[in-house]
Amino acid sequence: MFACIFIPNFPVAAMVRAEPELRPQAVAIFDGKPPLEKIGAVNEKAGAMKITTGMTKAQAELCPEIALRARSSAQEASAHAALLDCAQSFSPCVEDAATDTAILDLAGMESLFGTLPEIVRAISDRAAGLGLNTHVAIASNPDAAVLAARGFSGTTLIPAGKEAAQLGRLPVAVLFAGAGMDEANLLEMLERWGIRNLHDLAVLPEVALSERLGQQGLHLQKLARGAAARTLVPVKEPLVFEESVELEYPVVLLEPLAFLLNRMLEQICARLAARALATQELRLTMETAAGPRPSAVSQTLEPEDGGTGFFSDGRNRFQRTLRLPLPMLDAKLFLKLLQLDLNAHPPGAPIFKIHLAAEPARSRSAQGGLFLPPAPEPEKLELTLARIAGIVGESRVGSVELLDTHRAEGFRMKRFTAAAASETKSSGNILEEKPSIAALRIFRPPLRVTVTLQNGGPSSIVCAKKKEVQGVVLWKAGPWRSSGDWWEREAWSRDEWDIAVQGAEEVALYRLVHDLLDGIWFVEGTYD
Amino acid sequence: MSSAVISTTAAQGRFFVFEDETVVDEAAASAAPGWFSGRTTDMAAGGYRPQSANEKSKLLSAITPASRLELRPAPEMVPSGISAIDALTGGLPRGCLTEICGPASSGRATFLSAALAATTQRGEFCAVVDASDALDPQSLVNAGVNLGRLLWVRCGDHFPVKKASPQRHPSTAFRAGRDAEKRKQGHPERNRASGGADLPANDSRFSSEHCLEQLLRATDLLLESGGFGLIALDLCDLPPQTARRIPLTTWFRFRRAVEHTPTVLLALERQSIAGSCSSLLLKSVLGSRFSALSEERMQLLTGMEIKVEVVRSRLNMNWETTFIDRKPPGSASAAFSCKTAWTG
Repeated sequence: MFACIFIPNFPVAAMVRAEPELRPQAVAIFDGKPPLEKIGAVNEKAGAMKITTGMTKAQAELCPEIALRARSSAQEASAHAALLDCAQSFSPCVEDAATDTAILDLAGMESLFGTLPEIVRAISDRAAGLGLNTHVAIASNPDAAVLAARGFSGTTLIPAGKEAAQLGRLPVAVLFAGAGMDEANLLEMLERWGIRNLHDLAVLPEVALSERLGQQGLHLQKLARGAAARTLVPVKEPLVFEESVELEYPVVLLEPLAFLLNRMLEQICARLAARALATQELRLTMETAAGPRPSAVSQTLEPEDGGTGFFSDGRNRFQRTLRLPLPMLDAKLFLKLLQLDLNAHPPGAPIFKIHLAAEPARSRSAQGGLFLPPAPEPEKLELTLARIAGIVGESRVGSVELLDTHRAEGFRMKRFTAAAASETKSSGNILEEKPSIAALRIFRPPLRVTVTLQNGGPSSIVCAKKKEVQGVVLWKAGPWRSSGDWWEREAWSRDEWDIAVQGAEEVALYRLVHDLLDGIWFVEGTYD
Repeated sequence: MSSAVISTTAAQGRFFVFEDETVVDEAAASAAPGWFSGRTTDMAAGGYRPQSANEKSKLLSAITPASRLELRPAPEMVPSGISAIDALTGGLPRGCLTEICGPASSGRATFLSAALAATTQRGEFCAVVDASDALDPQSLVNAGVNLGRLLWVRCGDHFPVKKASPQRHPSTAFRAGRDAEKRKQGHPERNRASGGADLPANDSRFSSEHCLEQLLRATDLLLESGGFGLIALDLCDLPPQTARRIPLTTWFRFRRAVEHTPTVLLALERQSIAGSCSSLLLKSVLGSRFSALSEERMQLLTGMEIKVEVVRSRLNMNWETTFIDRKPPGSASAAFSCKTAWTG
């Protein structure tokens, strides 16, 4: 058995999918170059208002209730991709029959999805979840399924052997949907013969029909009888999850932008969920109004994490990439993360077009344990880290990684992930065997001090910035000399002293450093 | 746990009204119609007086005396990583605020490193909110901390120019309006260029207050996020007058947020600032001596001796059955020594 998913009135459906608030309104889609735009598609409500295809945009604008939208190839591409996602979530063998039509082979699917009526309902529901209003039909051959989907609204199930009877009621025009000029002439000829529906065509004598219309006529008759047999041409669509929105009026504020992003994220997440996938990377690209070009940015900039590039029409391109530590599928979380990111890195110009792409990844499968130590939830943690990064700065939150160097401050910050630290748990009794190690508290930046020397060693220090760090040196150890990176520009060489200083009230231990290259003294930290 | 709803009349020396009693029992209502029907009016008018002995005994039976209130369970204690402190306090209590205060070189960072090492080696995650960006990663590694399990929030250098947002908690946004003016006076760039070494006095105060604001907001978020075994707030290098600006309500909120969670909330500071919100307050000082190898021509710092005193503990002394909000009769102290990393 084969199923066909058909999206009626595709340009309007693609528009309504991008703007769900248009669903209860009368919508007309216009196409062409100004001032010669013509109405290309209308929905039922617009038809009831006597808006027809072929009218000019100016004529349609006389009707104040109608919502006029320009045809968007990006939104139609997204709707087509969603259609294929819906089909491929049920069967691996899917034919991309047309922009608005997908055929899928249901062989062996009953054991997975239930009976055929259940499958046809499930397909319709999943398509509705992706924002598509579809006609779904199941028949014993692909062409009969296509005709049924195009001819009957809602869900249709044609049992094997009943194709001719069920399809016979359909008008003959259903055979020529989306056809060219030659087929239109053929349809006109059939109508002149008085053939109104497929039953009329099916009962014509084959020889006489062949004499008049040739092989094309016979093929049409087979289609009308529901007896045309062929194999599917499966499509191997790459896993691309992208959504685009072109705006009539530029968005300036982040709040309305969030509404648009929310809608796009929900669509992408629904498509990913239909394929049992998640995402680990979101790429947001926005076309913004043309502005002054910074000289540092090249024409072909492809920023890895974010930045600005240029289109040939002079508009700027603003790009941000959101990388997640784990595959996730939560539209609200993604929206919040994008909002925080855009708050920290605003586009800086009105936005005309938004393109959002998700890199698919397998959903993570984690087995929780009752006796495992507590760990932050990855989604919650990611949001918390993004919020903290907004407070203290992106580079100042994360985990630490030591560098392979003896230079002071030889570490770097890296992204903190709860899943990365999955080393085996060791028992907590190890520390009881080990003595405590004295820790150093670092002064960042180091405190410059004035040092009085006696016999080559410090005898007293005075710090102008921090009044507590001054006094007589009671005890000292050193100097411990170290140097490195002399083969590079940023060479370092220093003497370290461990000193005990008598402060106003108590004794404190400091690490005093003499930079041998600059000749300055500073307190690097305190043993605490 | 039975929760008592104390009416306003209780404050005037009248009866306590408990939650159980607020549900009107039909049978009781029919038996004593005047009590239930006119209670609100009577209480408002000056209090209800039971008319009969039966009513009085029934009323008294509905009241749970404070002595029979259910005791809070004792918090789980986890090792601090320093055996002397574990012997002194029983470890660090989960779901409670613990304060470690002391002057410079009093072992606070050593204590923090040991606690982080113990927590990460148990397989838990830790977070350090560092008000003065003073954590030394090398010291943490020497102490045995698994750095992959440590989240380090470094306050201080980032000055986002934003207006005060209504989403911010009122206690943490207490300086937003005034800070905006100061930011315009050229704080960040100049100080970054000079390495921040020449901060004027005003800017330095602003910087510490800004750090404090960052610390409180980050801590709020981390406590809300949950899942951490230990969250440490490092306030050691903040001036005491700045640290004392944290409202007590903030500490109360932190305590409530961490309550009933497996998180140990640790605050390191110069002086105690959380007041009665902390369940355990330890004071540490540098011992009378620091150990050193001393020879004629060479000296080497080999370690320090740290004295720790329990200033206040709201934990039960035998750590087993109950958790009583009561100050211990006398303070206890202990000492431990720590070695420098190169001693081996």
